[in-house]
Amino acid sequence: MSEKKAPVAPRSTDAESVGGAERTQLQMIVSRFARHRAAMVSLVALVVIVLFTFVGPFVWRWDHTVHLEIPPSVPPNADHPLGTTTAGHDVLGQLMRGTQQTLKVALTVSVLGTVVGSLWGATAGYYGGRVDALMMRVVDVFLIVPLLIMVAAIAGNARAGTTWYAVALIIAFFSWAQIARVVRGVVLSLREQDYVEAAKAAGASPGWIIVRHLLPNAAGPIIVAATLLIAVAILLEAGMSFLQFGIQPPDISLGQMISDARTAVSTRPWLFYPPGLMLLAICLTINFIGDGLRDALDPRQTMVRR
Amino acid sequence: MLVYTVRRVLGTIPVLILASVLTFVLIDVSGDPLSELRMQQPPPDPSVIELQEERLYLDRSMPERYWLWVTGIGGNGDIGLLQGEFGPSTQSNSYDIGAQIAERLGVTLRLVGAAMLLALGLAILAGVVSAMRQYSKIDYTLTFIGFLALSMPVFWFGGIMQQAGVTFNDLVGTQVFATIGDGLYQAQGEDLWGRITNAFAYMTLPTIVLMLTSFASWSRYQRTSMLEVLNSDYVRLARAKGLPNRVVVRRHALRTALIPLTTVVAVGIAGVVDGTVLTEQVFQWRGLGEFFVTAVNENDSYALMAWLLLSGVVVILANLVADILYGVLDPRIRYE
Repeated sequence: MSEKKAPVAPRSTDAESVGGAERTQLQMIVSRFARHRAAMVSLVALVVIVLFTFVGPFVWRWDHTVHLEIPPSVPPNADHPLGTTTAGHDVLGQLMRGTQQTLKVALTVSVLGTVVGSLWGATAGYYGGRVDALMMRVVDVFLIVPLLIMVAAIAGNARAGTTWYAVALIIAFFSWAQIARVVRGVVLSLREQDYVEAAKAAGASPGWIIVRHLLPNAAGPIIVAATLLIAVAILLEAGMSFLQFGIQPPDISLGQMISDARTAVSTRPWLFYPPGLMLLAICLTINFIGDGLRDALDPRQTMVRR
Repeated sequence: MLVYTVRRVLGTIPVLILASVLTFVLIDVSGDPLSELRMQQPPPDPSVIELQEERLYLDRSMPERYWLWVTGIGGNGDIGLLQGEFGPSTQSNSYDIGAQIAERLGVTLRLVGAAMLLALGLAILAGVVSAMRQYSKIDYTLTFIGFLALSMPVFWFGGIMQQAGVTFNDLVGTQVFATIGDGLYQAQGEDLWGRITNAFAYMTLPTIVLMLTSFASWSRYQRTSMLEVLNSDYVRLARAKGLPNRVVVRRHALRTALIPLTTVVAVGIAGVVDGTVLTEQVFQWRGLGEFFVTAVNENDSYALMAWLLLSGVVVILANLVADILYGVLDPRIRYE
């Protein structure tokens, strides 16, 4: 956020103006986010999960592959806290690797989708008229597409889902439209602002205005939408893997673990529950964080609390 | 209104054409229907491959193939959407894509219909209760359930429900819930009561699983729209007139608050399509979801195209109907 007064910038409420001391916008955002208890708890939980998945593999002695020393199909015990598979994987090792792949895919999708979606939406909103109508028609098509079906069809048909970045690219290609719509909506009101007119009068090019003036002032809604896109991407990736069109063995993902374990829910429950709980925990925390961010960054949306 | 409807209907034609082009190009470019055959060891005779290429029209250029796929002019009579033919299948010479879809449509529609009706009913109920008791315990509980349901992987929840069904059956000692299959074969030759119990046994669990995500998002929207209406001036006026709360909520508030839901439901159909494939996979129904998974596994391009186009048409038509319905329901909306 720049120092300019943005219309989306949160207005200080009565409680915040009491005390008199000047506070920066960032301080206000942080304090507003901190008031959202579920979001704060979720943030801590998510940090723990991220540490578990990215630091864990360096500490834990088993990775996600088959080892001859691992006894097959053993319930949780001291050596293997989450048990082992029939083929001889350590489930804890699989869980770390699977979560890592899931998070890598989701973050990549979120970054790619946000960049493409923001630029697309801002361009459409800034130019308006025919350009806007045409560009938003494309967005409409992507918005009503059944996402999982498209990504599964493309990845499966191409036999491309072997690596996490191929999966991420395919998901990103289909999931940027929501961000484009959000950004366009914000830009439509921003472009009428005086500072945009001032920039135009000073001879700034449309590209400069979009990147330097419009997008920074739309940062709040963009950050919220990007956060929620992570949760969408996680569930899409998991669904693809469950249908066996996502990341392929010997690599592992959470959806694949659930798919492998679902015939043995009652006999080997330790294979089935951990990956699902992990997916649920990640998505739940991200959704709560997104809700908290919306309260903090985009107060217009919370006039009526959803 | 009539002019708007006609224009809106005509407006979907380019969208449908665009959808058909997109479907065709994406599937055609992304995979090779004969990849399995080409990879075979020992390599098959080139004449075998040539024969298959000719049968699947792979010997023609992509634009030619698209034209053929849509019109069927110049084909062998097994292709051409306008003639009601979806094209040759890689699975076998006798695998008729159109007949397969028709056969499985009923299975899937039964599940989708039940799940959508249930989701809609429960979502309206939950949304209204939440809005009327804003910031109460029940509101927070429903909000949390909504978040939980939106974060839930459908297929994992399906597995849990299957397990719960099995446990329940063991407890009661009889098979109350069937956890595998669509039960249509078992229903054959049963009388009416037999059919009802059969449908209950086979459909309850999958319906709950498929309903969950839609219920979560629709109930959130219903809560927001109900809150907005409850805080509006005309509802305040109705209360000021001394009308009983029940009448205000039912006659004044709820009716208006239901209008935005038409759009939300139409947009949500894409999500239902996604959920159907996962749910059918978990409960091993022989519906359109299974057809889709098989088509992807077999690199069956024409089957995939048919499936995607069909779901695209359903989604586009649903949005069209919602748009027109919106104008009928909300007289404030004027079309020039």
